[in-house]
Amino acid sequence: MNKIFSRPKSLRNISTHYCPGCGHGIAHRLIAEIVDELGIRQRVIGIAPVGCAVIAYDYWDFDCCEAAHGRALAVATGIKRVRPQNIVFTYQGDGDLAAIGTNETIHAANRGENLTVVFINNAVYGMTGGQMAPTTLLGQKTATTPRGRSAATEGWPLKISEMLALLPGVKFIERTSLHSVQEVIKTKRAIKQAFQNQVDKIGFSLVEVLSPCPTYLGLSPVEALEWIRKTMIKEFPLGRIK
Amino acid sequence: MARIRIEREKCKGCLLCVSACPKGLITIDKKLNARGIKPVRFKTDSLCLGCCMCAFICPDCCIEVYK
Repeated sequence: MNKIFSRPKSLRNISTHYCPGCGHGIAHRLIAEIVDELGIRQRVIGIAPVGCAVIAYDYWDFDCCEAAHGRALAVATGIKRVRPQNIVFTYQGDGDLAAIGTNETIHAANRGENLTVVFINNAVYGMTGGQMAPTTLLGQKTATTPRGRSAATEGWPLKISEMLALLPGVKFIERTSLHSVQEVIKTKRAIKQAFQNQVDKIGFSLVEVLSPCPTYLGLSPVEALEWIRKTMIKEFPLGRIK
Repeated sequence: MARIRIEREKCKGCLLCVSACPKGLITIDKKLNARGIKPVRFKTDSLCLGCCMCAFICPDCCIEVYK
């Protein structure tokens, strides 16, 4: 019998701190698999965000750097300009990329930096206790919107991928999801393309991944996947945006 | 003929693999692991296809597949 699936070499053999059923674990594994498949483990540099994935550098077995909250793309710009031979990617959540880091995100994209961004959108602030994020859906109950998000007071969910697609510096944007095995495979294909674009010096590539947060959605892990399929995809349609 | 190996000490009991397995070959173990969680267990029989769907969806990379 041959081993046909096991832990990728770029993912350390330790248990993560994530809650049961969290999408971060799947996304970490996909990135580690892609780094192994592209053979770039010796020259890849990951930028960890602030948020639930703040200690992602403990889980990946390649070079990583930590950035201040929201500033991952600013740090990535510096590293990529000083070391253009390295493959630099950022891994950011919705609170990091779409709230405190909107400024850095928009300007890095507008400069057309040759970077790869993996944007994990779970519609809630996970690490700080389930508060409303910019991507929280209308009517969704969170710690700071106990009666559900209302457009009159909190505005509409922020569609950062569609916004960035307007910029000429951006070359590749795709929105994928982790709600089923098929979608996990599509997500891997999209992230691999985003890495390949950087290897081929094409330009700024972003993959938005809809990811489950069972703890702060108040659902079981299986129900959280169903929630993404039935509810979240209506607001954030999947597919290639640019 | 295929089989999977589950690292029961790393399993967090999210049961995503149970819902993903097309043959329903994964079930909840009755014994707790060291975390105090009931992990999943592979029902040892010969129906496993080696499709890796359980391993693709596992957030904690606890499943190895042999074929």
